[in-house]
Amino acid sequence: MATSSRPGAAGAAPVFDDGVVRAFALVAVLYGIVGMLVGVIVASQLAWPELINGIPWLSYGRLRPLHTNAVIFAFGGSVLFATSYHVVQRTCQTKLFLPALAWFTFIGWNLVIVSAVITLPLGLTTGKEYAELEWPIDILIAIVWVAYAVVFFGTVGIRKIRHIYVANWFFGAFIIAVALLHIVNSAEIPVSLFKSYSAYAGVQDAMIQWWYGHNAVGFFLTAAFLGMMYYYIPKQAERPVYSYRLSIVHFWALIFTYMWAGPHHLHYTALPDWTQSVGMIFSLILLAPSWGGMINGIMTLSGAWHKLRDDPILKFLIVSLSFYGMSTFEGPMMSIKTVNALSHYTDWTVGHVHSGALGWVGMVSIGSLYHLIPRLFGRKNMFSMKAVELHFWVATIGIVLYIAAMWIAGVMQGLMWRATNPDGTLVYSFVESVKATYPFYVIRVLGGLLYLSGMLIMGWNVIKTVAAGKVEPVLVPTAAHA
Amino acid sequence: MESLYVLVPLSVVLVFGIIAVFAWALRAGQLDDLEREGERILRNDPDEVDADQSGR
Repeated sequence: MATSSRPGAAGAAPVFDDGVVRAFALVAVLYGIVGMLVGVIVASQLAWPELINGIPWLSYGRLRPLHTNAVIFAFGGSVLFATSYHVVQRTCQTKLFLPALAWFTFIGWNLVIVSAVITLPLGLTTGKEYAELEWPIDILIAIVWVAYAVVFFGTVGIRKIRHIYVANWFFGAFIIAVALLHIVNSAEIPVSLFKSYSAYAGVQDAMIQWWYGHNAVGFFLTAAFLGMMYYYIPKQAERPVYSYRLSIVHFWALIFTYMWAGPHHLHYTALPDWTQSVGMIFSLILLAPSWGGMINGIMTLSGAWHKLRDDPILKFLIVSLSFYGMSTFEGPMMSIKTVNALSHYTDWTVGHVHSGALGWVGMVSIGSLYHLIPRLFGRKNMFSMKAVELHFWVATIGIVLYIAAMWIAGVMQGLMWRATNPDGTLVYSFVESVKATYPFYVIRVLGGLLYLSGMLIMGWNVIKTVAAGKVEPVLVPTAAHA
Repeated sequence: MESLYVLVPLSVVLVFGIIAVFAWALRAGQLDDLEREGERILRNDPDEVDADQSGR
């Protein structure tokens, strides 16, 4: 594969540093498939626990964090690296700042992922959700992240366009927030090569953990992908953002409010009641800036709705925002203490997560990659747009099966667990609720299988596109001569 | 609730940081002429950078 022009080639016209964009975009598809495959495996284990018996490194407890880390950090992370490096260059009309450092982030991030694939099935875990990786890997993550910040903000610093496009604000906030969250939450005392103890304990640790956990959702899975959305929807629809003003207003409101929502993960636990209330209130407020983003993205199609009929990439991008709107309505509702008293620890939470993950994050990533990948190989379109269309429908049906099954299971569990007889005894034993959940676990496996099949179709399409394409350097625009 | 001794001051510092960055954006003209900036990414003149970007 051709590489971009060497730095320092005197007199050569500068070309964009798309090599690292290409690399991250392609591994993203691979990691999506792998991470979702592990998801289907763990879903199957919940329905049929005898499935992989007796093999410790394939046990549910060890595979579940492998699934979450793979889909969030390997898949989601790689898509974000690819798109942020692509968008920052195009909107600033400059090459990357220190392209070699960008390649270091590629190697480093993949090293983190490989370390996760090895250590998590071995049972080496901190036990903190979405922060399971042990201390040596945490250090590597911090180093890679600092490098990422240097490349991204450095590129913004050497921009040729004075205005910083809104997508870059979202990416920038995401990079800073994740650095802060990772460093604070992963503070731990090592006692051996792969064992450490959290610097925090008990309910204090819980609070820090869910300050981290919810901001991981808010900044890694929301703000960053909104950045992606704000570039790829206008580009694919060939229309500007509906209200650029709104994009800036809701950006500031969003990043301010998200920080305070964490306690909604700890309702009716040992966390002080007033802290729970703060989390609940800010989660409800968060509905407004979230929907600002949704409305802005969807209304970008205003006057061009007909494009949705024939463009499956736009279908992915716009439907992703519908799921985003659903999830950012559902989330605040579930943050209300009374509602949470029913939903906490049930599969409704899992349904909510996957509505956001498969619906919003998955679809906006898939749509953005379908826009980006052909262009990285000198083409306008993917090898087969029919396959993109098929992927869309398969994915959508998969999501609907998944979340509907989990909604029903979750509400049922909540109601069964709280049912009491007139004399105060529980109506149902716990195992009865497990038994009643079984059919919904089976439907969920089917939903996940469909979503995974969509990713496999994508994998095929990407391979065909790359094979039929050509890596061509793209010139960086230069100032018009006076 | 000792973790709040970390989280609340951190959040307050962050809020001041957010205000500072917003103030910079306002003064640096980032919030001027927004609709045009929204359309800029759609323009397909590969060889042209606006004259008003001179000095960067």
